Parts: sequence; structure tokens; C-alpha cells
Amino acid sequence: MSTILIIEQMLNGLQSGVMLFLMAAGLTLIFGVMGLINLAHGSLYMVGAFAAAAVAGLTGSFVLALMAALVAAALAGAVIEILVIRRLYDSDHLDQVLATFALILIFSEGTRWVFGSFPLFLDIPDALSGPVTLPGGIEYPLYRLALIVAGLLVGVGLWVLIERTRLGIQIRAGENDREMIAALGVDISKLYTLVFALGAALAGLAGALVGAIQSVQVGMGEPVLILAFVVIVIGGIGSIKGAFIGALLVGLTDTLVGIFLPELLKLFMDAAPATSAGSAIASMSIYILMSLVLIWRPSGLFGARA
Amino acid sequence: MKKLMLATAAAALATSGALADVKVGMITTLSGGGASLGIDTRDGFMLAIEAAGRDDVEVVIEDDQRKPDIAVQLADKMIQSEKVDVLTGIVWSNLAMAVVPAATAQGLFYLSTNAAPAQLAGKGCNANYFAVSYQNDNLHEGAGAYAANEGFKNTFILAPNYPAGHDSLTGFKRYYGGELAGEVYTKLGQTDYAAEIAQIRASGADSVFFFLPGGMGISFLKQYADSGVDLPVVGPAFSFDQGILQAVGEAALGVKNSSTWSKDLDNAANATFVADFQQKYDRLPSIYAAQGYDTANLLLSAIDKADVNDDAAFAEALKAADFASVRGAFSFAANNHPIQNVYVREVIKEGDIYTNKIVGTALENHANAYVDDCKM
Repeated sequence: MSTILIIEQMLNGLQSGVMLFLMAAGLTLIFGVMGLINLAHGSLYMVGAFAAAAVAGLTGSFVLALMAALVAAALAGAVIEILVIRRLYDSDHLDQVLATFALILIFSEGTRWVFGSFPLFLDIPDALSGPVTLPGGIEYPLYRLALIVAGLLVGVGLWVLIERTRLGIQIRAGENDREMIAALGVDISKLYTLVFALGAALAGLAGALVGAIQSVQVGMGEPVLILAFVVIVIGGIGSIKGAFIGALLVGLTDTLVGIFLPELLKLFMDAAPATSAGSAIASMSIYILMSLVLIWRPSGLFGARA
Repeated sequence: MKKLMLATAAAALATSGALADVKVGMITTLSGGGASLGIDTRDGFMLAIEAAGRDDVEVVIEDDQRKPDIAVQLADKMIQSEKVDVLTGIVWSNLAMAVVPAATAQGLFYLSTNAAPAQLAGKGCNANYFAVSYQNDNLHEGAGAYAANEGFKNTFILAPNYPAGHDSLTGFKRYYGGELAGEVYTKLGQTDYAAEIAQIRASGADSVFFFLPGGMGISFLKQYADSGVDLPVVGPAFSFDQGILQAVGEAALGVKNSSTWSKDLDNAANATFVADFQQKYDRLPSIYAAQGYDTANLLLSAIDKADVNDDAAFAEALKAADFASVRGAFSFAANNHPIQNVYVREVIKEGDIYTNKIVGTALENHANAYVDDCKM
């Protein structure tokens, strides 16, 4: 097991964590500010990927594709907030889960209706394709490095937005006491729509960025959604910082355990059962991580004390 | 829209089927992630039924949503209230395992258009169960034979961690015989293969074999092409199917894959099938469509020879395989699974369309490893 392989796998973990953060940030923001469990967040990720694939197919431009993903997901988010989600803020979580689950089905079948059942093509832009050689002789795909940088930039941007702007103050105030900020004259329903659209745009951006190296197909959002929920539970629901740390932890754990556990088991047992058992345990690793974090801190790493 | 057309087609069949004496229940995946496979299966099957222009066959089509529990419910409904004689259409092995044993135990015929798990080929074989597609291991065995012929000595193999994934790697190893640079089981439904590709790079392998059906294969091939790892890749046809090649794009060009069918297979039945399919549906057929088409033609050939209510005679008529398969020479082994060639295809670009062409034959008149375990 060479150092180069270990570093490369850590970069892979970092990259998957950073992309998870884009999903988890929106999810945790929406839960923190509105108290809403949004199962349809994965659908917004899919909307972003499909919009990007469609625009890239028409224009051939990856930049336009990314912008289309942001706009389409934000619009879809704003529309469902106004039509559906707005009616759910005062309902209990079960109603929210039911309604947003219905939205998943509507988005999936709607997307199939528009784009058909076959996966779409979305490719990495030429300027970012192929591997680069990093110091130490590590060959690593340039696009994945770009994903890490893009994710970190969005993270910094979100931090500035939340900590340093008027909108951020309103969002933080909304998390703490929504009646009070409404009483202070903040248009709470506009704020909610804005936060929801922002979360949706982040999910759409993640869908488009990741769609270029994965399969753009109906239902692509749901596996990511599950991981994103794990992330926000680990990080503490409502905390952007928690989502960031949680996403990196989940990305690194998922990648590193998946690779190194089977190798580790091979030291003690035969290759075939080691591979099988290692893969099986590795797929549980992030849930084990989640349980450990919850035993240690029941409301997550950075969660408000329950 | 597609749903609507389907409903109309089903209604048209239902009305014209007043005199029907064979009722077929098709359970397949028409919504969700795997829908393109089921849609091709259905379209291929219905193309043959409609081309035959018969009014003595009625087909009821239902969507299993790729869920075993829904497939079982649909099968119960079709058997008990629709009173079908023959079931067909299931794409996935886990769904087939949930439906087939119960259906054949109730005296129905089951013709598989795709899934053919080892359990149903060996000890669990049944006189009323016919796999028209292949036995699950076949394409992987073909890929193994190809790897051996090419002189690969140190292959890295990977497949998802579920029963068909284990069958796949077992099938590959049965004919490959060389060293393994690595053997990895990935998560089912995994979308990011960066970690596995890094392992391949570090393993010193001379080639890669992978079985990652559907979207998993698209993700793997795109990421592999971008990684700079430049080893030859082999896989079964599932990851190079007509439905997904366009989504993989250039990354798949030149890759070798094993298949029992290809659109350029040179026989009259196949030429008719490919032309008719394109004309009717305005796209190229996939292997699932070809298998659906063959299944329907096999069924029609048996209906001409025997009464579906006479189990022994109908099974014998099916077993004769007296139809013109789009795969060329086709017969059934003792355990009702095909004896057929497994070809090697290469991904090419024709105009703007990515597709496959045959470049060789991996296994000739190949049956399966479970014939002797089947006591019918």
C-alpha cells in the first residue's frame, strides 16, 4: 500500500465530501430555518443535472450548462415552495415527509415525460478533462480537483453570506425565533422562498457538477439524498459548519473504509471472504460513524442542544 | 404519453382478444431507474406479436417498478383474476426469484426475456420454465474466454456486491484462468468509482473486467476514461447496451464486450427485426429488445404446435425452439436454457450514434454450467 495510493484516496474522499456538502448545506439550511424535512431535495439535484445536460447538448458550453442548472433548480425550488411547501410549515413532520415524497414521484415521472427513459449525456469540458500530475508523482483527474476547489469556494461563499450579510442575519434570526423576526418587520414568507431557492440552487449545482462524471438519469438524486441526511444528522441539524465537517467526514470514511478495510481483512483471512466481508462492512461504515457521533453528541457535532 | 400509448395498445389488444386462446402476462420495469430495459423488452416482444398479426394471443402488460413485492402482487393478480397462461418480461434476477418458482408451481409457463439466475438453472429448474435470453453467467464466461484468448495475464475484476455480481465474477473466472490483479465488490447503485480506479492504477493490472449494469456502468466508464488509466477494458453487453451507450459517449469507443446478440449479426431474422424495430420506434434496438422479440416468436411457434393447456405437449413445443432467432443458431439445453454463441463486440461510432459491431466469437454453441444439476 503506497503513500501515493493513500493520498489519492484521500483526495477522492475529499472530493466526494465536498460535493455532498453542496447537497447537505441546502438541506440543513431548509431544516434549520423552516423546520421542514424536504425529501424532494434529491429531485432538485436531478433537475440541475438534467438542465445542465440539456443545455450542454444544445449549446456545447459547460458554463452555460452550469448556469442553467442553477437557474432551473432555483426556479423549481421557488415554485414548489410557493405551491406546496408553504402549506406545510405548520404541519407535523409526517405530513411534510408525505408531501415531499409525493414531489419525488412527480419530479421523477415528469422528468421521464420530458426527457424519456434513457440516461442523458453530459461530459466534462475539454479544458478540464484528463489527468494532471501532482507533486509527488500522483496522477489525478483535473476535473475532480476542480470539483474540490468549486465546492470549497461555495463553502466560503455560504459562510460569508450567513455570517457577514443582512440576509444572513435574517436567516440566523429565523432559525432562532421566527415569530420575533416576523414581528420586527421582516417579510418571512419572502425569506423562506429565498432560502428554499438557495438550497435548491446548491443541490442543482451539485447535480450538474457531478452529472458530468456520472450517469444523468431519473432517480439519480435519491441515493445522494440519503447520504446528505446522514451528513446533516452527524453535523447537527441546521448548522452549515456541521454540514461541512459532516460531509467531509462521510466522504472520507466512505472512500477510505471501502478501500482499506478489505485490504486489512486480507491480513487475517482468505482473499475471497475478506473482499466480501470487507465490502459489506464498508457499506455500513457511514451509518456506524453516525451512530458513534450520536452516542457521543446526541444532537450532532454542531447541533443546537435539544 | 408513453403510458397512454401503452394503455391504448393494451386496450386494443384486449378488445381484439375476445377470441384469444392464449393469454400472456408481461411483468416488466416501465418506471424508475431501470425503465429503459423494461421498455425495450416490451417493445421487442410486442413488435413480434403485432408482426404476426394474430388475434389468438392477448398480452397484459404491467409495471413492476423494479420492486420484488410489486412483481409478486402483479403475478398473483395475473394468475388469479386475469387467468393468464404464460408469464414473461421480468428484467431483474431478484424479481424473477420472487415470481418464477411460485408461478411454475401453479402450473403456469414462464418464459424469461432476461433474468436467468443460477438457482433456476440448476436444482431449481422446472419443465415449465424457459430462459430464452441466456443463463446469467453466460456473458461473463464469454468475457473470460475473450480475456484468455487475448492473453491477458493479470486482470483486475469488479462487480457490485449482490448475487448477480458474485455470479458474474464466478462466470468470468471459470473461463479466464490467469492471475487476478485485484477482485473488488462495489456497492450496488454506487455512482463514484474514483477509489476503485485508483486501486486499478496501483495494482499493476494488464486489463480490467467489470460488470456494472445500467447507470453504474455509465459512471464507471466516464470516470475511467478521464483517469488516464489506459488498460484494455472488457465487460458484458449490459454496460454497452444501445440504451446507455449514447450517455457514455466517446469514453466507450473501442471497448470490447461480450454479447449473444448484436444488431449487425448476419441473419435474415435479425435484419428484419432491426429494420422493423427502427421503423416502428425510431431508435436502435438493444439486447433486451432482441430477447423480447425472440421470446414472443418462440411462444408463437409453440402455440402453433400445441395447446397451452396441455402442459407436457406445450413444454415439448417450446423446447423444440422451432423459430428463427435473431441470434442465429438457437436451441435449448436439457435445463431449458439456450445453447448459443457468445460473441465479442466492439463499441464503434456510426455517424452520430454509438453502437456495437461484432469482432469475434468468444464461445461457440455454449450452454451453461448447471445442466447436470437439473433433474427434471
